[in-house]
Amino acid sequence: MTNRIDERFNKLKSEGKKGFIPFITAGDPDLNATVELVNAMANAGADIIELGVPYSEPVADGPVIQAATQRALEKGVTLRKIINTVKQIRENGTSVPIVLMSYYNPILQYGLEKFAQDAKDAGVDGIIVPDLPIEESKPLFDELKLKDIHLIPLVAPTTTDARLRKIAARAGGFIYCVSVTGVTGEREKIDEELSELTARIRSASKLPVAVGFGVSKPEQAFHIAKHCDAVIVGSAIVKIIEQNPETAVGKVAEAVKAFKTAIGKTCNCFFENY
Amino acid sequence: MTVVPNERGYFGDYGGQFVPETVLPALEELIESYYKLKDNEQFKEELNYYLKKYVGRPSPLYFAQGLTKHLGGAKIYLKREDLNHTGAHKINNTIGQILLAKKMGKKRVIAETGAGQHGVATATATALFGMECVVYMGEEDIRRQALNVFRMKLLGAKVVSVKTGSRTLKDAMNEAIRDWVTNIKTTYYCIGSVVGPHPYPQMVRDFQSVIGREAKEQILEDEGRLPDYVVACVGGGSNAMGIFSEFLQHEDVKIIGVEAAGRGIDTNEHAATLNKGKPGVLHGSYSYVLQDENGQVLPVHSISAGLDYPGVGPEHSYLKDVGRVTYKCITDKEALDAFHLLCRTDGIIPALESSHALAEVIKLAPTLSKDKIILVNLSGRGDKDVNTVAEIEGVKL
Repeated sequence: MTNRIDERFNKLKSEGKKGFIPFITAGDPDLNATVELVNAMANAGADIIELGVPYSEPVADGPVIQAATQRALEKGVTLRKIINTVKQIRENGTSVPIVLMSYYNPILQYGLEKFAQDAKDAGVDGIIVPDLPIEESKPLFDELKLKDIHLIPLVAPTTTDARLRKIAARAGGFIYCVSVTGVTGEREKIDEELSELTARIRSASKLPVAVGFGVSKPEQAFHIAKHCDAVIVGSAIVKIIEQNPETAVGKVAEAVKAFKTAIGKTCNCFFENY
Repeated sequence: MTVVPNERGYFGDYGGQFVPETVLPALEELIESYYKLKDNEQFKEELNYYLKKYVGRPSPLYFAQGLTKHLGGAKIYLKREDLNHTGAHKINNTIGQILLAKKMGKKRVIAETGAGQHGVATATATALFGMECVVYMGEEDIRRQALNVFRMKLLGAKVVSVKTGSRTLKDAMNEAIRDWVTNIKTTYYCIGSVVGPHPYPQMVRDFQSVIGREAKEQILEDEGRLPDYVVACVGGGSNAMGIFSEFLQHEDVKIIGVEAAGRGIDTNEHAATLNKGKPGVLHGSYSYVLQDENGQVLPVHSISAGLDYPGVGPEHSYLKDVGRVTYKCITDKEALDAFHLLCRTDGIIPALESSHALAEVIKLAPTLSKDKIILVNLSGRGDKDVNTVAEIEGVKL
C-alpha cells in the first residue's frame, strides 16, 4: 500500500490542483473536538491534516500555537492519547492523510521504535519534528522508514544549498518550506524571496513543496500557491478554535473551504516549475 | 587536558544540535568562527587583555581561615569568582562570546538570564564593545532579582519580561531561541551556560576554563600540590565546568558537583536534574532533563534563581555516567545556613548558588583530616540575594 500523502499528491497532480494543509493542535479544546475537527476539515476539502502534539517547550511556535499547546496540556493530552485519537479517526472511516507535528522529546521518551509501530497501526502517514535537523534525524528516520511513514523535513530561507541536498536525500512525502525566518504565526507580508527558495528546493528534490509559517489569509494563500504544491495554515485556524470554542467545527470548516477555494484559483499554473 | 566533543558536538551520548533548521546555518557559521579564533594568538591576546584589565583576573585563591577553623577538618580554599567585575564568573564567558560576535560582524546580541548575573554580564560586555543588547528574563525572576534588572537597564540593555510557562530561566531561554530564529541574520545569541546546541557547551566551557587553570596554578603555589576535592554548584553547570575541566585529567582529585534540592529531593520542588532526571532533549541538546513520563518538562524550584533550571550541560551528563564526577544535592535550608556561615566566619557574602557548594563542603570538611585540601568555586557574590534572604527571614529592608 502506498502512503496516503503520496497518493494525495499524485491525485492533485493528475487533476492539476494544489493542496491545502490545515494545522490544529491536537486536544485543543479536547480530543473529542479533534476527531470532529479532522472530519469537518477533510469534508471541507483539506488535502492533508497536520496535528500538533503539545509540548511544554514550544520554541518554534508563536503565541497563538503556544496558547493552544497550553490549553491542550492542561487537559492532560499526551502523544499516546493523540495516537489513539488518530486510530479513532480512521475507525470512523476518514482517509485523509494525517501528519503529526511533534517536538522531539515526546517522541524520544515514547521510544522511537514503539512510536513508529503505534503511529503506523493508528494510521499516521507522516511526521514533522521542528527541532530535529538533518544532523540528528537518522535514528527516527530509520524507524519510520521501516513502517512507510514519511519524515517530512523543514527547509528555511537560511538553509544553504549544501544542506538542502542532504535534507532532500532523507526527505519523504513533501518538503515543508518555512516561508519566513521565525516562529509560527500570522504575518501581513511573506518574504519576497519565497519564489527563489522554492526554486532552490525544486532543484534539489522532486518531492512536492508545501509552504507554511506566516500564512494568514486566503488571498495570501492564493499568491503563495503559485510557487508551491500546497499551502499550510496553522495559527489562523487555531485562532478560530480559540475564539469560538463552542462553534469551532463549523467555523473551521468554512475557513478551510475559503482557503481551498482561493488556492484552487491558481490551479492553471500548477507544477509550472516541473 | 579537557574532554573534546566529537565533530557533531557529542560528549559520549550527550550533546548534539536539536534546534530548528532556520538556526542550523548560523550554528555552522559559529562553529567555523569559533574554531578558527579559539587558537588564534591575536584573539587570545585580546581576550586575555580584557580578562586582566577589565574583569580583574586572575581572581584570588583565598584560604578560608574562618570556615576551615570552624569546621575543624580539611583546609578549604575559595576561588574568588565573586571578585570579578559584575560579581560572578559569568563575565568570563560573555567577554569571550561578545568579542567573538564582534569579529563575526554581528550588531545585535540577545541573552537569557535566570538570576540576572548572565544578563548583567552580557549587558556589560555589549556596553563595552558597543553593541545592542536584549535580555530575556522570566517575570518571576524579574520580581526576585529587581536589582539586577535595574543594573541591566543602566548598562543600556532592554530587558524583556517573559510571561510564558513557569516564568523562569527555561522560559526565558525559549523566548530567546524564538528571537534568534526570527532575527538570525543580524543577531548573536549569547548563551550563559554550558547548555544549548553544539558548539555552545564546549565554547562556554572553554571560556570558563580560565577558572580552573588559574586555580590549579594558585593551589600549586600555595600548597605545592593538587587539592583532594574540587567542589562547585551546578545549575546549567558553567562555573562547575570552568573549574572542573582543568582537574579532570588528575584522577586523584575527587570532583563533586552540587545541585539544588530545593524543598527536598523527594518533593516535586527541586532542580536536581542529574540526580532525579533522565536523558532527553531540551534547549538544543540531549542531556539529563527533569521531565515526566511523556517527555514534558517539569516545573523546578530552588531558592537560587541561577540553579532553577530543569536541564544541565551535556558534558555533566557524560561525567556523571562515566563516574568521573559525583553529583550531590543541597536543600534551600542547607544553602541558606551555609550563606550565613560564610558571612560570619570569613566576612564574605556568597551568592545563593555558590552557597550550595559551600553547604556540601560544610558536610564534607569535618569528615576529612586537617591535611586534606578542598577547593571550592565561589562562583558569585551574594549582594543580589540580600533581598531574597531578607524576605525569607521576614526582615523588611
